[in-house]
Amino acid sequence: MSKMKKILTTPVFNENPIAFQILGICSALAVTSKLETSIVMSLAVTFVTAFSNLSVSLIRKHIPSSIRIIVEMTIIASLVIIADQIIKAFAYDVSKQLSVYVGLIITNCIIMGRAEAFALKNPPWASFLDGIGNGLGYAVILLTVGFFRELIGSGKLLGFQVLPVYTEGGWYVPNGLFVLPPSAFFLIGLIIWALRTWKPEQVQED
Amino acid sequence: MSTDSTRKTVLVAFGVCLVCSVLVSSAAVGLKGIQNKNRELDKLKNILSAGNIPMDNADIRQLFNEKIESDLIDLNSGTVVSKNNYTDLLNPETFDIKTMAKNPKYNRTLNDGQDIAQIKQIPKNMVVYWVKDQGNVEKIILPIYGKGLWSTMYGFIALDKDLATVKGFTFYEHGETPGLGGEVDNPGWKKSWVGKKIINEAGKLEIEVIKEKVDPTDANSVYQVDGLSGATITTRGVNALVRFWLSENGYGPFLDRLKSGEMQ
Repeated sequence: MSKMKKILTTPVFNENPIAFQILGICSALAVTSKLETSIVMSLAVTFVTAFSNLSVSLIRKHIPSSIRIIVEMTIIASLVIIADQIIKAFAYDVSKQLSVYVGLIITNCIIMGRAEAFALKNPPWASFLDGIGNGLGYAVILLTVGFFRELIGSGKLLGFQVLPVYTEGGWYVPNGLFVLPPSAFFLIGLIIWALRTWKPEQVQED
Repeated sequence: MSTDSTRKTVLVAFGVCLVCSVLVSSAAVGLKGIQNKNRELDKLKNILSAGNIPMDNADIRQLFNEKIESDLIDLNSGTVVSKNNYTDLLNPETFDIKTMAKNPKYNRTLNDGQDIAQIKQIPKNMVVYWVKDQGNVEKIILPIYGKGLWSTMYGFIALDKDLATVKGFTFYEHGETPGLGGEVDNPGWKKSWVGKKIINEAGKLEIEVIKEKVDPTDANSVYQVDGLSGATITTRGVNALVRFWLSENGYGPFLDRLKSGEMQ
């Protein structure tokens, strides 16, 4: 069981897909201006990685090598469409804000990367946990970035005013940079720095 | 049978596609009802927001019924369709622009010169919304649509009771590039429409989305709205669709009738 636990937790801090493997940066910049969109995007990516890993692993012994990538892409694309449909049905406002980025989960390197690197070689349950773990790793970074961007950029959390903004008689002057995608670069950079100070073994020698 | 044989390859490809297509289509079909309901509610929300009606935590449908009255109009003559003539399709409750624009019985084909918004066919009828305060019309909200870069953009423009001043502007459906053309959803830009005049004193249509930023010292600035940077085609599309719907091919006859005081 401890092996399974390791599969689940390793991607969260030790081999985080964003901070260690530096994958999936595009969507991490695009959807993190608010905490709410970050949460929904994290759930969607976790759902897709978990089930794409599971499905690829289930048929891994039957996938012909010549069409391996296409089979993986078909599975991933179908799961993404299903996730998109579910979000449109149950979180319509968020789906409008996420717009194309849900569809773009298809091109998120984390999912393809885990299918190729893990699910093709491991049994279904372990692959499923690896998918959840990598989804969680992605979620941890997204939620941290989303938290700080919404708080600093608009003084809100999940749409509720936390810091009273000066335009409404408060004291807080929002930092407009944090509403824009480039601020996520700075935040992710700081997270990587913090993570590698805490766990020096993640530092890559050049 | 070896995994790499041609037969197996074809079988696996076929099997994966079959399973995936069944899953995708059942998700799409199964959730369609809820999605349509969301879309409907979102449209009402956009009508309320174009009318600048505050809606914090209120029940949208109830608020809509309280504040807004709708009428079906005939675009060509500019007259209001009597409630006695409502049918299943011709009814403000069920009226759907897309269905009506496609239905040869209810649409009108635009010729090349008229079709500046690039929509080819428009419904013969449209639904207009009145924002009333104690029985008096305060604002009138008109549905507008036209082609952007990737998609047809559907939205609303709200006019003051003077029929010259814009009171609100919003799109409820479009597929423009996020961050560029998608900035049609930017609250700051939408607000910049408020207070603009659509016609000059002589009644000529003047409203325009220009390519650059509006120079506030310009005498024409009251008729001009900022273009969206990095989104030339979307900007042109917005300009064309607003001008189309406010022209004689769109709501022109209806607005003329309102102005002459024939209707109340």
